[in-house]
Amino acid sequence: MDLKRFGFIAFIIVILFVIVVLVGKGTVPATVIIVSMVATTISVSTPLVLGALSGVFCERSGIVNIGIEGMMLSSAFFGWFASIYLSFILKAPALTSLLFGVVVAILTGGLMGLLLAWLSVTFKVDQIIGGTVINILAIGITGFLNRQIFFEKHSVFGGQVPHAPGTLPPIHIPFLADIPLFGKIFVQQPIAITAIVFVVLANFVIFNTRWGLRSRAVGEHPRAADTVGINVYKMQYLNVIIGGCIAGLAGAYFTLESVPSFEPLMTNGRGFISLAAMIFGNWTPFGAWAASLVFGASQAFQINLQFFREMIPPQWSFLQQSYVVGMVPYLLTMFILTGLIGKTTPPATENKPYEK
Amino acid sequence: MTNILEAKGITKQFPGVLANDHVNFDLRPGEIHALLGENGAGKTTLMNILYGLYHADSGEISIKGNPVAFQSPKDAIESGIGMVHQHFMLVPVFTVAENIMLGMETTRGLALDRKAVSAKIHELSLQYGLEVNPADLVRELPVGVQQRVEIVKALYRKAEILILDEPTAVLTPQEADDLFRIMRELTSHGVSIIFITHKLKEVLAVSDRITVMRGGRVVGSVLPNETNEAQLATMMVGREVILQVDKGEAKPTEDVLQVKNLRVYDIRNLEVVRGVSFEVKAGEILGVAGVQGNGQTELVEALTGLHPVHSGEVYLEGHNMTGKSPRQMIELGTAHIPEDRQRHGLVLSYPVADNLILCTYYQPPFAHNGVINNQPVDKYSRELIEQFDIRTPSPYVNTFTLSGGNQQKVIVARELSRPIHLLIANQPTRGLDVGSIEYIHQQIVAMRDRSIAVLLVSTELDEIMALSDRIAVMYRGEIVATVDAKTTTREELGLLMAGSTIKTA
Repeated sequence: MDLKRFGFIAFIIVILFVIVVLVGKGTVPATVIIVSMVATTISVSTPLVLGALSGVFCERSGIVNIGIEGMMLSSAFFGWFASIYLSFILKAPALTSLLFGVVVAILTGGLMGLLLAWLSVTFKVDQIIGGTVINILAIGITGFLNRQIFFEKHSVFGGQVPHAPGTLPPIHIPFLADIPLFGKIFVQQPIAITAIVFVVLANFVIFNTRWGLRSRAVGEHPRAADTVGINVYKMQYLNVIIGGCIAGLAGAYFTLESVPSFEPLMTNGRGFISLAAMIFGNWTPFGAWAASLVFGASQAFQINLQFFREMIPPQWSFLQQSYVVGMVPYLLTMFILTGLIGKTTPPATENKPYEK
Repeated sequence: MTNILEAKGITKQFPGVLANDHVNFDLRPGEIHALLGENGAGKTTLMNILYGLYHADSGEISIKGNPVAFQSPKDAIESGIGMVHQHFMLVPVFTVAENIMLGMETTRGLALDRKAVSAKIHELSLQYGLEVNPADLVRELPVGVQQRVEIVKALYRKAEILILDEPTAVLTPQEADDLFRIMRELTSHGVSIIFITHKLKEVLAVSDRITVMRGGRVVGSVLPNETNEAQLATMMVGREVILQVDKGEAKPTEDVLQVKNLRVYDIRNLEVVRGVSFEVKAGEILGVAGVQGNGQTELVEALTGLHPVHSGEVYLEGHNMTGKSPRQMIELGTAHIPEDRQRHGLVLSYPVADNLILCTYYQPPFAHNGVINNQPVDKYSRELIEQFDIRTPSPYVNTFTLSGGNQQKVIVARELSRPIHLLIANQPTRGLDVGSIEYIHQQIVAMRDRSIAVLLVSTELDEIMALSDRIAVMYRGEIVATVDAKTTTREELGLLMAGSTIKTA
């Protein structure tokens, strides 16, 4: 990623941090605020990182994935439902239920990915439409099932939302978590940690392995790949399913790591923000990660500023309104997509179905 | 000596067209066997079958005497066949090494072993005299080098049979000569080559044997020293082809186009047209000869309103036209056949009819008050399709489905059917087959005989010499000489194109 882009990211993050520190330093020491902001940023950017990685895998092989939002939402629901079923009906222990929920979420994502691949590769439907289908399908299924299962008197839960088995417990990373003051940054929940590990793994796979080379070839010049014997359709299917699984893990974050409940539409546009992060990061894992951190920082900004509401000086009182601060991630998305921070190049064959 | 490759009775039917009709073809070890034919003759279909991209409906193929049945290019590659396509199969954003190893990557553990691949490429480079740098990004390489990468790619896969599909279509004359040298070098190492083309001169220059195809069938095989261009052209087209353009005396009258001291800068701010002056009279063809890249492209673009003029003047029939927009040029009676027909001459995704009225759609009878009348458009396009023999099932198919020759005919039909005073034709027959070339040359001469001024820009010396009345040679942005077409020679023009000054008698 080039300097201009990196500079922009650093700039925005610094500004967000500085504002929060200035507001809150009356009550809480600056270092504590900064550590808290960093820890929150890492945590809330988890679904964005995973969503962006999902996009990278799909789009590098030539399939645009607008349906990340829908994949996240449906995985959030089914993962949550599975964990509650196990814990409430089958009386399994909390951790087992949660982990099972994660597995189900990943599988749900994979299945949605399979659907997208089927529409895009086999039926050659316009991929933007295919992704939108997935989004609408997710909203419909999750909304409907949520009402039926949890609010219908005759359902298996008897018309009440049962207690969820909690959320995935945070992990203390050995050594790093014991650092005085900054140690808090290294206490993160499993999916957040996995997301960072995936960034490194994805970078290696995409740029340094056979799989990555062939997938990228399929996304840039499928006919060239075909003439050297690569099965273009198979590669696209597999990459999209992998992308779906990763988006599934992002969905698991919402209901199994962040908050122990499901709300309709709780993904709140974060699937689309991940796309912006992917584009801004030039379709690379590390770029997508850095961009996700900016968006995560803007969310952490919103959260922390809420915490310090009372401390906001009168001339900045508009910041007390949650919606003003809440706009920041979306404004950032729009600004980045205008291309003012420089243009990026998508894989050449995006949204062009391959005809043999 | 056994043939290294034999194909017998190959038949392939596509919806509506029998692409290969019981074709027999064989290849001897170490020979360069040319496959000659017009566009649509079935050459590429046959090669795609040999390479495993298509499956023949019937017929047998054997390699070194063993019968083979290819399911995909992978099988063909394993049998030692490599193919260099006309449109390169290289990923532009990958390096040379990544492109070459794609599909058969060497790995160390899970990671790609780029070093080993580079080493192997160096080895092949030295062995066959094909210089390529493994670390280069393909999209930054000139076309001639990209082609070399494609050849190395085939050799990397141990190809013993190399199929080259229209390799010189994208090369300059120098790069083409380079390619022929490489081909001979390869055969001396035991590689056998099938060379697909429709260019008669090349086939006679470099091949050991020539097989001609027409309409899906093999017309015959000849040896280059037993035939000539005229005979080959007749075999390709099925009738006598007039290779020499039959033209009468030119009757030039007054100046139509006057260019005075034109200077044009390119996008990198380099002066590419440096004080060019010339005039073209009604009823004559002025040919601008020169190797690609000496300012001809920018000259034509400046004259047609597509590129800004830095200084100098352009007069059309006495009116100062310097720097006018393309529409103004068109309305004043200029016709332009552009160099790149697909990018600048046509909207490929439009129906043929729309492309035929592309310059005049806003005028009556096609449009009144901004609304297009479909009836006159339909009538006009059907007339032009008939008159210019454009092979298309209907005026409403999308233009990209037409062959190159027919696409060019759409442009020619559109431009030459308007009332014009000046025709600027830039590489009008690039990439076309013999039949189309003959037709377009006839049209250009017909224009000239109707007292239209014709400015012909071409890198094909034969075309310039056949059509022009006067020839101006461009070298490094200047016109180094203007000679009479009747008295000049190929050698003289060649020297001028390379920059030496002419010694006039």
